[in-house]
Amino acid sequence: MAQESIARKIEEFRLPDAAALAAYQASILEERDPNRTVIIVCHGTGCIANGSPKVAGALRKSIAAAGLQAQVIPEIKTTGCHGFCSRGPLVILQPSGLFYQKVKESDVEEIVNTTLVEGKPVERLLYTDPKTGEPIAHDHDIPFYKYQQRVVLRNIGKIDPTDIRDTIAVGGYQALAKALTTMTPDEVITAVEKAGLRGRGGAGFLSGRKWRFAVENARKNPGPVYVVGNGDEGDPGAFMDRTLMEGDPHAVLEGMTIGAYALGAHQGYIYVRLEYPLAIKHLSIAIEQARNLGLLGENILGTGFNFDLQINRGAGAFVCGEETALIASLEGKVGEPVPRPPYPAEKGLRGRPTIINNVETWGNVPQIIEKGAKWYAGIGVPHSTGTKIFSLVGKVNNVGLVEVPMGITLERIIDEIGGGVPGQDRFKAVQTGGPSGGCIPYELKDTPVDFDSLTKVGAMMGSGGMIVMDQRDCMVDVARYFLHFLEEESCGKCLPCRLGLKAMLEYMDRFAKGQGSPQDIDDLHSLARAIMKGSLCALGGTSPNPVLTTLKYFKDEYLAHAVDHKCPAGVCKDLITYSIDPELCNGCRVCARSCPQGCISGEKKKPHTIDTSACIRCGMCMDECPVGAVMVA
Amino acid sequence: MSAQKTKQGKKTKEGKKAKKEKDDGLIRFKINGQPVQAREGWTILETARQNGVKIPTLCFHPAVEAIGSCRLCVVEIQQNGHTRVAASCITPVQGGVDVLTDSEEVQNVRRWVLEMLLAHCPASHQIRELAKEYGVTSTRFKTEHPEDACPRCGLCVRACDEIVGIRAISLGNRGVFKEVTAPYHQRSVDCIRCGTCLYICPTGAMEQLFPQVSAP
Repeated sequence: MAQESIARKIEEFRLPDAAALAAYQASILEERDPNRTVIIVCHGTGCIANGSPKVAGALRKSIAAAGLQAQVIPEIKTTGCHGFCSRGPLVILQPSGLFYQKVKESDVEEIVNTTLVEGKPVERLLYTDPKTGEPIAHDHDIPFYKYQQRVVLRNIGKIDPTDIRDTIAVGGYQALAKALTTMTPDEVITAVEKAGLRGRGGAGFLSGRKWRFAVENARKNPGPVYVVGNGDEGDPGAFMDRTLMEGDPHAVLEGMTIGAYALGAHQGYIYVRLEYPLAIKHLSIAIEQARNLGLLGENILGTGFNFDLQINRGAGAFVCGEETALIASLEGKVGEPVPRPPYPAEKGLRGRPTIINNVETWGNVPQIIEKGAKWYAGIGVPHSTGTKIFSLVGKVNNVGLVEVPMGITLERIIDEIGGGVPGQDRFKAVQTGGPSGGCIPYELKDTPVDFDSLTKVGAMMGSGGMIVMDQRDCMVDVARYFLHFLEEESCGKCLPCRLGLKAMLEYMDRFAKGQGSPQDIDDLHSLARAIMKGSLCALGGTSPNPVLTTLKYFKDEYLAHAVDHKCPAGVCKDLITYSIDPELCNGCRVCARSCPQGCISGEKKKPHTIDTSACIRCGMCMDECPVGAVMVA
Repeated sequence: MSAQKTKQGKKTKEGKKAKKEKDDGLIRFKINGQPVQAREGWTILETARQNGVKIPTLCFHPAVEAIGSCRLCVVEIQQNGHTRVAASCITPVQGGVDVLTDSEEVQNVRRWVLEMLLAHCPASHQIRELAKEYGVTSTRFKTEHPEDACPRCGLCVRACDEIVGIRAISLGNRGVFKEVTAPYHQRSVDCIRCGTCLYICPTGAMEQLFPQVSAP
């Protein structure tokens, strides 16, 4: 692929000191004409799947064919994910920021002829605001981007992650140079402490405090210290870590190198799940390029500090995101958690103090060093400083990745950035924190999104998944889905988790079938508490959260299932029947053609009927009906 | 992933307090209101048993490393107004705490685990007896394998590894599919048929499983 050839093109020379890094940056910037058009084609995993490599290829071909004058030939840059995944593949023209969405190979010629040659925008490819119906030409005016504050993701979408010169041009590795040449390791830890940085992986533990704890342990018990980047992202619907590793791998590398300097570590590991091949590839390229320039490896920037990184691929066990299980996996053992304490900061990898931080946490570190702890602590709210990346998915108009300051309300994320719920004026609930998080109802829409407020309402920050649900989502079904996920991902070491999740699912299955009783709801509560208190690790300890929060906020829905044998949202298959409203049906036959069971009958242009005895309640007819005549009850 | 990290910061404070009381090398705390003394490095379970306080266990055996997997030995630990539930077999003693071995929270965990075990290991006489002892005589959960007696506590695996040094048995698969098996599902030719696993098995399941893991 083209990316590999870029990797090879980078000159192999070492930067002897920090001044050489600054000079290298200046020389790269000097080479580049800031006014030259750069066409950015998103090459995140989602856009690649949607055909963005074809778009980039067609662009190269069309530009060559258009015979543009040499000085106006645009550069084509393939970048990481821009976050606005529901609109991909994205093509953005810099420096103007002209934003084209859902670009197909067939659109390319028009872009080249209209925009590049004539200098006019292609109206039909512009983003249209669903609220006003007006087209918006530039990315910075689109509400999805306008209300975000990008700190960790600041370079993604601007740089080619496979070319370290892009990273260096935007100031990459300057924080590392600053830390190595002007700060002591202790000052680095103090800065992270003062910034109030909390772990982005789930628990939200203060990173600086954890680092200090590890340094103290290493002092008492001399020997190697390790740093680990946790990129074992496994929540359904979450892709924050993947995007960061794919789109700006150097931010993770730089953060880890700074952390290693602070902790006195010389070896680090990035644990990435095997299901992220592009992240692994980009990280590998980044590590190689950083090594070549002397930004990683021995004698970094001539300071005498040695640190190297190795990528470890996880086999895709959700529980390996738990730090003790991750260490077991790194050591080649079965990925099962062990009880804490001792914490990894005391006794981790190979029995040595080990600092495991989420890759997003590491991505914050260079910014803290570069711009200062005070600047960082000024973003967000007290006790939850900085920004957090969320993957906003589900029933929301603007599906994608958003980075917002901590403390922003749920409603603002969903309505302003997410553009609201399609076809409905409000959301019903939002699941934060992944499968072990909680379901927050619309009534709590003003909840500030920070570590403590989310915990207070029974959910959690988790690693940043945010799944929006609307009136057609059944809360019993949602809780059941997450329980099922966790049941599959439980390592099975401790009984409350291994047997308890299965037992909870038995209750949930009964509710979904319209069986069960109010007594079952009380029993489920008690069982959930036993699992929470009795489990060995946090996977089990937080696994009842989806059930507990839905029970707390949507108990009437549980009762509707158990007592009235009804699923109010029309989801649970054993409790619903589909029918066609004869008044609305125009006999267009679309439903009959879409029905996989062939159980819809009726003459052309006359009302159709569904044979409920053969119906499998797949809902295809309802999705396909152009006049909304299919009803579920 | 973890919600339990917050205790880390308090460690040094507790450490100081423990040190003050440790002048004679003993750690003092209470179990069910009764003052007890322990040596550094002891677990709560060891101290409780030393003092005649009964705590049920399944996956614990003094001859092998404790892993805290069955969670029947959970106790409630109260300290400075905070309370947590922990497996006593792997929790080291700590000065000044109040340990409750039969609180409502502890009973709740224990009863549910026993009730679930009744459904999953219905063939084990020992589990039925243990459950009865703690007032659990029936289960509300489905039994899928009526012949199953194994709680997957892994005592046999640890014994074969740590005591015998052979590693003829392992735990295979994950989660609800976890099983005691020979490595790679091949009946182990390394087995020396010493019978340690049969002896250490707390539920009698090894009698059924032995022919499946040991090559004739």
